[in-house]
Amino acid sequence: MSARNLKLFAGAVISLLLLAIQPAWAEYGLNLPEGVTPISRNIYELHMTIFYICCVIAAVVFGVMFWSIFHHRKSRGAKAAQFHHNTTVEIIWTAIPMVILILMAIPATKSLILIESTGDSDITIKITGHQWRWQYEYIEEDFSFFSSLAPDSNEARQLRSGVDPATIDNYLLEVDNPVVVPVGYKIRFMTTAADVIHSWWVPALGWKRDSIPGFINESWAIIEEEGTYRGQCAELCGRDHAFMPIVLKAVSEDEYYDWAGNMMVAAMDAEAGADREWGMDELLERGEQVYSTFCVACHQVNGMGIPGAFKPLVGSPVTTGPVEAHIDTVMNGVPGTAMAPFGMQLNDVDVAAVITYERNSWGNEMGDAVQPSTIAAKR
Amino acid sequence: MSYGTTHERHHDDHDHKPTGLGRWLFSTNHKDIGTMYLVFALIMFFVGGAMAMVIRAELFQPGLQYVDPQFFNAMTTMHALVMIFGVIMPAGVGLANWMVPMMIGAPDMALPRMNNMSFWILPFAFIMLLSTFFMEGGAPAGGWTMYPPLITQLGDGFPFLIFTVHFLGVSSIMGAINIIATVFNMRAPGMGFMQLPLFVWTWIVTAFLLIASMPVLAGAVTMLLTDKYFGTSFFVAAGGGDPVMFQHIFWFFGHPEVYILILPAFGIVSQIIPTFSRKPLFGYESMVYATAAIAFLSFFVWAHHMFTVGMPLAGELFFMYATMSIAVPTGVKVFNWIATMWRGSMTFETPMLFALAFVILFSIGGFSGLMLGITPADFQYHDTYFVVAHFHYVLVTGAIFALMAGAYFWLPKWTGHMYDEKLGQLHFWLSTISVNVLFFPQHFVGLAGMPRRIPDYAVQFTEWNMISSIGGFAFGLSQLLFVWVVIKCIREGKAASEQVWEGARGLEWTLPSPPPFHTFTVPPKVDAATAHS
Repeated sequence: MSARNLKLFAGAVISLLLLAIQPAWAEYGLNLPEGVTPISRNIYELHMTIFYICCVIAAVVFGVMFWSIFHHRKSRGAKAAQFHHNTTVEIIWTAIPMVILILMAIPATKSLILIESTGDSDITIKITGHQWRWQYEYIEEDFSFFSSLAPDSNEARQLRSGVDPATIDNYLLEVDNPVVVPVGYKIRFMTTAADVIHSWWVPALGWKRDSIPGFINESWAIIEEEGTYRGQCAELCGRDHAFMPIVLKAVSEDEYYDWAGNMMVAAMDAEAGADREWGMDELLERGEQVYSTFCVACHQVNGMGIPGAFKPLVGSPVTTGPVEAHIDTVMNGVPGTAMAPFGMQLNDVDVAAVITYERNSWGNEMGDAVQPSTIAAKR
Repeated sequence: MSYGTTHERHHDDHDHKPTGLGRWLFSTNHKDIGTMYLVFALIMFFVGGAMAMVIRAELFQPGLQYVDPQFFNAMTTMHALVMIFGVIMPAGVGLANWMVPMMIGAPDMALPRMNNMSFWILPFAFIMLLSTFFMEGGAPAGGWTMYPPLITQLGDGFPFLIFTVHFLGVSSIMGAINIIATVFNMRAPGMGFMQLPLFVWTWIVTAFLLIASMPVLAGAVTMLLTDKYFGTSFFVAAGGGDPVMFQHIFWFFGHPEVYILILPAFGIVSQIIPTFSRKPLFGYESMVYATAAIAFLSFFVWAHHMFTVGMPLAGELFFMYATMSIAVPTGVKVFNWIATMWRGSMTFETPMLFALAFVILFSIGGFSGLMLGITPADFQYHDTYFVVAHFHYVLVTGAIFALMAGAYFWLPKWTGHMYDEKLGQLHFWLSTISVNVLFFPQHFVGLAGMPRRIPDYAVQFTEWNMISSIGGFAFGLSQLLFVWVVIKCIREGKAASEQVWEGARGLEWTLPSPPPFHTFTVPPKVDAATAHS
């Protein structure tokens, strides 16, 4: 290919690329969001500053390089000089980057000090990562709930589901129970995990923080604008890592306290009935609900699991064997596998219901109804 | 005095190669072992590349079209393990095997039998690793970083993963010992350390990094093994252990590993740019010191891979400052390369094109690396596609491009034939354009909020992912052209001269092309003309 053809070819490719990129450029984000908290704005400023500094350095360095490439080429008759060092120049170009780095480090240090100032919070929310959903505990108000991928996204994201993700509102970024916080309050987030390491990230807040079993990490945010902010788990946590989004609703103070009041009532309702005898039908109905929230991701709707990864429940020695072993497996999990100890996440009624459901579905016909009181006795 | 006049007759007597399969299986010849390393790396490049194609196909549009998420995770995990341990590292060792003895005027590596063993461990280790695809529980899918507790959820493939890492470590350490022993003991008379070609220097430093860091990785994965099978709790929080400790230990290996991958690339580029600028390397001494400084600093920056685990403020500041300081010696290297070109007499054959692309694109990876090193900003960037873009710029357009440059540079020396320059340049342009279409948009989706290691994404990331996938397929296909260039070169390339390139300096270019089976059985005499370029 001659040099001329090559230039034409390169020109054509670049124009095509620009054409392809243009609509996307207009519509979608190319950069960090500025966010809605003091931290996020601070980080955005820092990000832009370093970015521009890098651009200037790149322009200067590559500029010199290309100037040399165009002028010092053999085809233009350039004769090679034979110099091979210059101590003054070398000292200068070691010193200048040092100065630039120090100039960058100063605002970065200030940012970091701001980010780590977690004291004096108004509200504390404990966030626990589970495979694959988030649990939010409001420490002062004393209630907690799970937040999982919204059902329509969950249906569409199955392998070859035939559902077009574009038809789903907020595909993969919607949950059943969003976490709600008031604007203008200093909220302290404590992150931890029950099984493997996750990472809680809402870009509009400006940070992500790993949630690690056995550790509690602290972060904070003051959200300055009402709105719905979305994020995702950022640390690989197994098969459904992509499917445990975060939705955070920032609302007015009044709205927040209404919501919190309702949540406290709902929490009491959920505990109700733990000390009475439950009938088979109501256990199966409740069990199906629990199963489709907590178990279905691995063991699947038909109870067949995924060969090689997650065990089937149909005709398995656990679900069709002694009930004691079944209760033990559900409550305490199987160490070294993805089977979590659900006794820590579910109340007595839910554990009893889901075990009953598993023993009497998909062709499993054990006929036994496990009572909440049996579960309570195991704790 | 040319090599031919003094040594030709000598080699006529002794140049009988062994024949058949035994030549390769039992080889103790540095050139044959170097060839085997390079061929192995090229094969694994396509194995790992095929996995990348699966990843890019699944990410072409939102929704799950082709693979289960668990298998997708296995693809990202195995792609990384194969590319790091099966491609870049063996290719670097292969080049060292071929070139180090010829560059320092030694007849072979110091420990030829160990050389054979360190190569032959590799195919078996990778057969073991790849066999996990057919096991209960599938291939490793917890990321190449193997973080517990997730990695301990792996099924029957788990011990195979651990023992593969052990084997790879043994192989690397033996290779490193061999290179150190060779350079320290077998330099030709008159060749002091400050006369060594820069490729040799970068490999000495790399070898020390390997010896210091691989045992750390071996220790970490052994603790994983005992945690899973023997009831220990090194990293199990419920047993009083600490999952974050694994990350500290892993990255104490992992960051020097980054420089194990890139330092030989620096060395290759430092050979090529002076050759095609027809001018000595600018700042040889500062290049050597910068290499050593980078290697030293690499032991003090590991926690920048894990800023979000929650460290004390003092820790975060320390690792931020240490990380930023690496930009200084790295900058010195880039400035030296540019000063080497300055007022040179440049030509732009394929090796030079790849080397120039390396300087620019590696620097772009360096800039994003500097941004990632700023702790507060990293709280946003961490674990997003911005990181994916960063390390592919330094490893693909960095390490791989330098290896390609080296392959084109030395191919005429190895085979005795010139490659087809037009095809080589076509390969370069296709690769350079497609690799930027592939990785540049990943900066955008990362900043806009797309996490890494996900098989499916929210619809606002669709366009950039499509563009990235198209670039990916084009880059993958372009590499088939390289195989064709190599085959064509071996079969029908024009005969190459001893010096091959007009501006080439150094002992390896005084040997015939291809060099006889045994070279420098009588040590050459090193003078100003034959020392480093």
